[in-house]
Amino acid sequence: MAKLMTTGLSALYDALRRAGYTVIGPTVRDGAIVLDELRSADDLPVGWGVTLAPGGYRVRRRDDQAAFGHSAGPQSWKPFLHQPRVKLWEADRVGDGFEVREERPEPPRYAFLGVRPCDLRAIEIQDRVLMGGRHTDSAYAARREGVFIVAVDCTEPGETCFCASMGTGPKSGPGYDLALTELIDDGSPRYVVEVGSEAGSAVLAEVPTEEADEDLQACARAEVAAAAEHMGREMPALGLRDLMAESLDYARWDEVASRCLSCGNCTMVCPTCFCTTVEDTTDLTGEHAERWQLWDSCFDLGFSHLHGGDVRSSPKSRYRQWLTHKLGTWHDQFGSSGCVGCGRCIVWCPVGIDLTEEVAALQAERDQRASGERGAP
Amino acid sequence: MARMRPVPYRVVERRRETRDTVTLALEPVAARIAEPSPGQFTMMYAWGVGEVPVSVSGGGAKPRVEQTVRAVGAVTRALCGARPGEMLGLRGPFGVGWGLDEVQGFDLILAAGGIGLAPLRSVVLRALADPRRYGRIVLLVGARTPADLLYPDELERWRRCGVHVEVTVDRAAAGWTGHVGLITSLIDLVDADPARAAAFVCGPEIMMRLTARALVERGVPPHRVRLSLERNMRCGVGWCGHCQLGPLLLCRDGPVVPYERAEPLMAVKEL
Repeated sequence: MAKLMTTGLSALYDALRRAGYTVIGPTVRDGAIVLDELRSADDLPVGWGVTLAPGGYRVRRRDDQAAFGHSAGPQSWKPFLHQPRVKLWEADRVGDGFEVREERPEPPRYAFLGVRPCDLRAIEIQDRVLMGGRHTDSAYAARREGVFIVAVDCTEPGETCFCASMGTGPKSGPGYDLALTELIDDGSPRYVVEVGSEAGSAVLAEVPTEEADEDLQACARAEVAAAAEHMGREMPALGLRDLMAESLDYARWDEVASRCLSCGNCTMVCPTCFCTTVEDTTDLTGEHAERWQLWDSCFDLGFSHLHGGDVRSSPKSRYRQWLTHKLGTWHDQFGSSGCVGCGRCIVWCPVGIDLTEEVAALQAERDQRASGERGAP
Repeated sequence: MARMRPVPYRVVERRRETRDTVTLALEPVAARIAEPSPGQFTMMYAWGVGEVPVSVSGGGAKPRVEQTVRAVGAVTRALCGARPGEMLGLRGPFGVGWGLDEVQGFDLILAAGGIGLAPLRSVVLRALADPRRYGRIVLLVGARTPADLLYPDELERWRRCGVHVEVTVDRAAAGWTGHVGLITSLIDLVDADPARAAAFVCGPEIMMRLTARALVERGVPPHRVRLSLERNMRCGVGWCGHCQLGPLLLCRDGPVVPYERAEPLMAVKEL
């Protein structure tokens, strides 16, 4: 049953701390709403919102006290679970051979406070990539296992959001321990809470709540339903996978390549992009070696390097790889789309490439080709 | 990250095959990797330099692993330079192999271009170890020049064991009396029943496309023509994303892929 938190978010923050969690959540820093460790609930971006555009991001003052009145910021939760740099092992020369050691640092026990539905789905997608196959990424799994997730339904999507058309929001899907809906009346927020796990129930027992009456629950549902109608962007719901497979030789790829800088920003901010490379090093004596795993990007020229040259040497082929993988071949590889509709790749693209616009253009090109074929004698 | 941890193997034998290619025989120092099946690969680690995927080219007496490496970059140069007694690291075996067990009773047509003979060597060795399980074995080999031909002594031995071996080179040299030209020109010499054959092809992508197409035209069913494809690999276990070829993660869904699956993907430039 849904509950109403009768005090502010401090009580929830304190309960999470008492339960031993390091609380990570949104906070304002350097002109952006970033994700970082919260020292108290006061660190939350209360009264802050964002203005988003292709290639544009600004924080703005809100005229209410909403703590979650903002949509996706520059980071997702990815760096906390799938770290940008991980030492895989180190080794020392012993005699004429070597010995490999793996460090297993105690993983932090995180509570994520304020996971939006799109990002909740993104975590589930990365789980499937890094833990769902034959081999489990144990560094990821160790961090992921103990995470406590406080999801927050989206009541105010941004200008670049399209979770509704990807089926990932604005209502939180499964996978949370607690899910909040933030309701603003008279400028100050109230929080309706749903419990998604036993751990969630235990934490909520430490927070002052009362039963949420039917009116309040209906109000929460209505706010979320209204958000679905206010998405800043839209993606065609069906047929993306086929469109990606059919469009490999379309002219639109040349057009987008004329704007794309191959910088890889989209892959860094994407909550599901998982690609990594490894770096092998030795110290100056050559007696000690290490291997590190680092985030990598399919926009880097060397990503597809073979001894004969780079397979994807043109920026066109690299953008095509990214988009067709994200929206198309991800289904073949991992059983779902790789896009959750958070819109980060639109916002943080320095030239404002908008994937929903690219998909629409590919669709138009397909329609044009189809009508051309029909028109042929 | 046990899957990311190289298992120490000692070089017990190093055979120079050509000017830039050596075959290393490796034996485990203590722990060992699982036994590779023909067509699978390992990630070979050269101390402090890095790691590359290399197809297994034979085993011999277990737990020995044999791998043929061509020096084309920093890691492969270091691997090729490894002397007997030196220690390297192996991870694996990874990927889907040729599926030799699935084609028992069939004729085998094996077509290799250059270093592509390495993963097919393990097929020949496995098939010759139990020749009654297969029909005829035909091995077509293409090399740039006679000096670039891998395993010349073994080719002779396999001939004596009944393997039909045909070799062609792009450029002949003094004393060469064999074929000159594309490997596809050898297909007409194949004395096997295409409808009762399985064909395994490994070599440069253009060679595989032309060879596979010619084999299918000769009547080998497309699902029994299998190609060993190559892409950049960083992990071998499906996490790093480098080895994508359209819908495939080649470390997981390959490196051996049926021609019917590979054909449309190879037809797209820079996929």
